Amino acid sequence: MKNSARRTWRLRLYVAGQTPKSITALANLQRLCDGHLAGRYRIEVVDLVQQPHLARRDDIVVVPTLVRQLPPPIRKIIGDLSNVERVLVGLDVSPRDGAE
Amino acid sequence: MTMSVRRRKPAPPKRAGNGRQPLAKAPTGIVGLDEITNGGLPRGRPTLVCGGAGCGKTLLAMEFLVRGALEYGEPGVFMSFEETIDDLVENARSLGFDLQRLSARRRLLLDYVRLERSELTETGAYDLEGLFIRLGHAIDSIGAKRVVLDTIELLFSGLSDRFVVRAELARLFRWLKTKGVTAIVTGEREAEHLTRHGLEEYISDCVIVLDQRVREQSATRRLRILKYRGSAHGGNEMPFLIDDRGVSVLPITSLGLSHEASTAHLSTGVAGLDEMFGKQGYFRGNSVLVSGTAGTGKSSLAAHFAAAACRRGERCLYFAFEESPSQITRNMRSIGIDLAPWMRRDLLRIHARRPTALGLEGHLVAMHRLIEDWGPRVVVVDPVTNMIAVGSETEVKAMLARLIDFMKRRQITALFTSLTEGGGAAERTDLGVSSLMDVWMLVGNPEANGERNRTIQIVKARGMAHSNQVREFVMSDHGVTLVDISRRADGSVAIGSARGAEQRHALASRAQPSRSHRAK
Repeated sequence: MKNSARRTWRLRLYVAGQTPKSITALANLQRLCDGHLAGRYRIEVVDLVQQPHLARRDDIVVVPTLVRQLPPPIRKIIGDLSNVERVLVGLDVSPRDGAE
Repeated sequence: MTMSVRRRKPAPPKRAGNGRQPLAKAPTGIVGLDEITNGGLPRGRPTLVCGGAGCGKTLLAMEFLVRGALEYGEPGVFMSFEETIDDLVENARSLGFDLQRLSARRRLLLDYVRLERSELTETGAYDLEGLFIRLGHAIDSIGAKRVVLDTIELLFSGLSDRFVVRAELARLFRWLKTKGVTAIVTGEREAEHLTRHGLEEYISDCVIVLDQRVREQSATRRLRILKYRGSAHGGNEMPFLIDDRGVSVLPITSLGLSHEASTAHLSTGVAGLDEMFGKQGYFRGNSVLVSGTAGTGKSSLAAHFAAAACRRGERCLYFAFEESPSQITRNMRSIGIDLAPWMRRDLLRIHARRPTALGLEGHLVAMHRLIEDWGPRVVVVDPVTNMIAVGSETEVKAMLARLIDFMKRRQITALFTSLTEGGGAAERTDLGVSSLMDVWMLVGNPEANGERNRTIQIVKARGMAHSNQVREFVMSDHGVTLVDISRRADGSVAIGSARGAEQRHALASRAQPSRSHRAK
């Protein structure tokens, strides 16, 4: 638990332009992190329209895709992140992480 | 001022009745496929290639890109949803394609998309815009004109929202058209459906179905153009082969009868037989069938024919489906035909294969290829009947028709031997293939007076005056010679020892009136 307390979460959200889906996804992610990982997360947004070569490099076909880069292992969640429960499970954020 | 007399340009191809321009096509470069599609796949449009597992769709699609890059200056993107890049490179190497080199030269871009449902959590709405961006970037980065999506249906197993996937696929295929790329989209065939998820609903311009069947332990591959909008196509199944040179669809064109009939003659290799054909032998480009029961001397006639070609300095390709080259040369040496020198001078090649070594189409493709590569003037197939071991009679006949058509167009003279069952049904047994032949000879060894003797007769010879007589066919260590059979006044014939005896007797009693008389 001490370990998880010190963990920094590095999250990367792949979107394709400013679409309703990408705006919703980012808003959902922000809210979720503030609620469960306050002060221990970093979100990077990758707009594939701006950086199309990253789609192949990072093996992305679905947008929005959220990738948990840290802590390992890498996990992928697709969709606009509207189901908080599922996102938490997908990111493997345990309730204790959030309760801290 | 000089007037230049110029020939008018040929008229542009006639428009279809509905006034549309003829369809632009992108040649695949795949042997035979461009012939049966009259020029290739619809340019700038997606084509669906579907078939079961292992039917060869990935390799066919890959060859389409490789040929495009190498032969038509059209770079290509291969997006794989199934095989990793390492696997693709490895598999293509078996066809002689170096994908790494093509990639390094930016003529090809390989991209592997990994979508594993168990590794993905889905939550909320999504779309496949990432795929569009990824593919679009790949196309633009190398200026691709060709695209393969193999097998994009795996999106359905990777993602749970079928509605989204279907809508996005429809959008993808429309988008591909706006990109102007010629694409192959592969689909997995399932039971009575062309593809598992109905890709054929989206791709309607051209649909090609591949199929692999195993019969009698040999696999046969077939290709069928199921649909080709705006283009004439034969709906027949075409055999195809995948080997170290890639995919070959059987190079059949029209199966037409447009080949030129030659009036040049060439020797049968047996003087007495030439004589039966008005002293001149066969026409060049003829297909000749020699049928008979076992041990009647069919192969000997074939060897004479082959040796005669070599003596003229012509190449002869001998397909042996029963005996090995060394067996053939040994047997022929025993009747005074030495084939070895011709083989040493590379005028004769004996290609021996067990019929069951390949499927029927495998043989046909292999034979086409050998003929095409080496360019023989004369071909022997000994015996063609062994092919029946690997196909039904109708299939064998269809295959032969293709082979004969192919050879006729090249003015190759071909001799086929045919082993018939005993019991006098020879003519019936051969009826199937004999109609394809220009010349048909029967050899037999009837038993009479306690001995068997060989006979030969010409059943038909198109466009040639020929003897209607049965001749005796004598094999000695000097090869085959033909001897007139003595005809008795009662219409019966004397053959073998009887002929010898009667001829001697006739000589002795030349002055005397004939002693034979009609039996009453």
